[in-house]
Amino acid sequence: MKRTITALVNNTSGVLNRITGLFARRHYNIESITVGVTENPSISRMTFVVNADQMENVEQVIKQLNKQVDVLKVKDITDEAIVARELALIKIVASTAQRGEIAALVNPFRASIIDIGRESMTIQITGDHPKVEAFIDLLRPYGIKELARTGITAFNRGHKKPLNDSYRLTLIN
Amino acid sequence: METETNAQAKEMSGSSMLIKALACEDVDVIFGYPGGAILPTYDEIYKTGIRHILARHEQGAIHAAEGYARVSGKPGVCIVTSGPGATNVVTGIADAMIDSLPLVVITGQVATTVIGTDAFQEADMIGITMPITKHNYQVRSVDELPRIIKEAFHIATTGRPGPVLIDLPKDVSLATGLFDYDKEVDLPGYQPTIIPNKLQIRKVVDSVTAAKKPVILAGAGVLHAKASEELAQYVEQQQIPVVNTLLGLGSFPGEDELHLGMAGMHGTYTANMALHEADLLISIGARFDDRLTGNLAHFAPNAKVAHIDIDPAEIGKNVPTEIPVVGDAKEALKMLIEEEGERGEHQEWKTWLSGLKEEYPLWYVQDGETIKPQHLIEKIYEVTKGEAVVTTDVGQHQMWSAQFYKFNHPNQWVTSGGLGTMGFGFPAAIGAQFAKPDKPVVAIIGDAGFQMTAQELSILQELNLPIKIMIVNNAALGMVRQWQQLFHGERYSNSLFPVQPNFVKLAEAYDIKGMQVNELHELESALKEMFDYPGPVLMDCRVAKQENVYPMISPGKGQHQMEGVKP
Repeated sequence: MKRTITALVNNTSGVLNRITGLFARRHYNIESITVGVTENPSISRMTFVVNADQMENVEQVIKQLNKQVDVLKVKDITDEAIVARELALIKIVASTAQRGEIAALVNPFRASIIDIGRESMTIQITGDHPKVEAFIDLLRPYGIKELARTGITAFNRGHKKPLNDSYRLTLIN
Repeated sequence: METETNAQAKEMSGSSMLIKALACEDVDVIFGYPGGAILPTYDEIYKTGIRHILARHEQGAIHAAEGYARVSGKPGVCIVTSGPGATNVVTGIADAMIDSLPLVVITGQVATTVIGTDAFQEADMIGITMPITKHNYQVRSVDELPRIIKEAFHIATTGRPGPVLIDLPKDVSLATGLFDYDKEVDLPGYQPTIIPNKLQIRKVVDSVTAAKKPVILAGAGVLHAKASEELAQYVEQQQIPVVNTLLGLGSFPGEDELHLGMAGMHGTYTANMALHEADLLISIGARFDDRLTGNLAHFAPNAKVAHIDIDPAEIGKNVPTEIPVVGDAKEALKMLIEEEGERGEHQEWKTWLSGLKEEYPLWYVQDGETIKPQHLIEKIYEVTKGEAVVTTDVGQHQMWSAQFYKFNHPNQWVTSGGLGTMGFGFPAAIGAQFAKPDKPVVAIIGDAGFQMTAQELSILQELNLPIKIMIVNNAALGMVRQWQQLFHGERYSNSLFPVQPNFVKLAEAYDIKGMQVNELHELESALKEMFDYPGPVLMDCRVAKQENVYPMISPGKGQHQMEGVKP
């Protein structure tokens, strides 16, 4: 089962190493990991997707993470209301004749064409995991030359904020 | 002493900050070994005259620090140099980590300007020790040194204790800055839960009331929390029998009627059967190591499990837990005593257990003149009146010591449990003696393990520490030999020592009294002579070579499937 876990950690050197090392030595497999600084420059947010056989293993991961001095807060947010995004850059084979057709695919997915070569196009897409998957599947018949994906980054929806919160525009995946 | 270190202007070098901070932390002894990268600190040690014990190998220094920590309850401090000095303490750090011993380890490091260039005597100690420390630091600037030292002591000694490493680059120890040690420790990511949840405590109390066959499993967490008195009081109040883990020995009086002995692979039949039959298991400060549980599928199959531990990650890690209680053992026991609940007598259960105790005691057959190791331990117990601090390595002698020396007091049992480190016992005895200068300290060790850290005899010679070294000599890696006999068709691959040093002469080479005992009739008087002698003594006691540790749970078997129970 896939679980999405976020951790707030001190933004000091070596912390990523501590965390991934902990996963490795306890035999937990990380499917994806993203790290970036938060609104507080001394704190980073990490988002992991881990694949675990049992819920106990996930609990153990969280407990072990919590034991790290540099880890401030850990949460399994899989079953909560969250916003989750990943980014993919996809370079596909695209002849001049195909460009229009491809552009038509890009629009409904709110992806964007960020580079055009003589025989190729590079498209950027952000969204949740299934959406990115679906889009890549759609492009596959053209021939994928290169594919780069980030892992998922995520946090809880702002359910404590008022409904008219202008930042809560998360209706589009 | 330099007067300016006491002046209010606190501008000083990193190395003097370090020594000053150690004084603030009430450190009275350091175990260590100098070298290039740590020289400024050693210069400071020279100038300030702080007590430093020079080991003859860094491994000796760190095991001594562990022994000191175990017996004194204070953090052990170990200072070594970079590179090889630092890597030589890795075993001790791992040992302290798995046995939850508070250590502050300071390793020298090459200058920050050359870190990462494979400089002379450079090793990435942060990377190396990340998995085996509770936390570690590399000091990048002298200004952060006081904060780091303060945090290191705080982390090492609070919550679940453990080793903390400070990697100190040479240029940082030479640089000067302001020494401010008054700031409070501020670690938002490190907030151990000390006081248990009242509701959970209530659940334990209710379970005890409902239980017919309750048992307490007392681990080293009871000792770390200094909760032995509370445990005794609680047991007295609720009349619940107690089994110990290997490391928990001494947390409850070994000779108490309700003490069933050690549980686990070489535990007593009664202790293991108590766990197997129990309907309520209250684990206090124990982590359900595989050597304790045997096959988990058969572990405490009928018991509701209440698990009291300061480390939430231990709860439910190996054994499913109905009542998790996160908190300090002392606080938890105090609350349990206060809550009281209905007092059960559990008379039927207690009668059954004491019957088992009587019928299936630990046993051995002492016949002929060859000394049985079990008999040796019993005799040591007699001669020391059960009052000695006992240290051991890992292996047969360790198990016999755990079985036949009855530990009635906390912190008189120092052994390498989780990591099972050979060479631990003797240097640990040195640290133990510093922690308890007035107590008799005996290192019961195997002939093999002793040869791993024998060079620390120099410390005994130099300081005339009255430690008694008892080599339980069966000319073999005893436990390895036992397993080869039982599980590898008696193919004794590299476990027998065809050649042994003359241990008596070795002791004499260090100007220490050496003795050898070969036969049973010499034993008692030799032991008296040994323990009456005011200085250090090494005794080479030749014991029965083929003796095995029993009873035993074979690998893969459950606790109720002990072999070698008294016939």
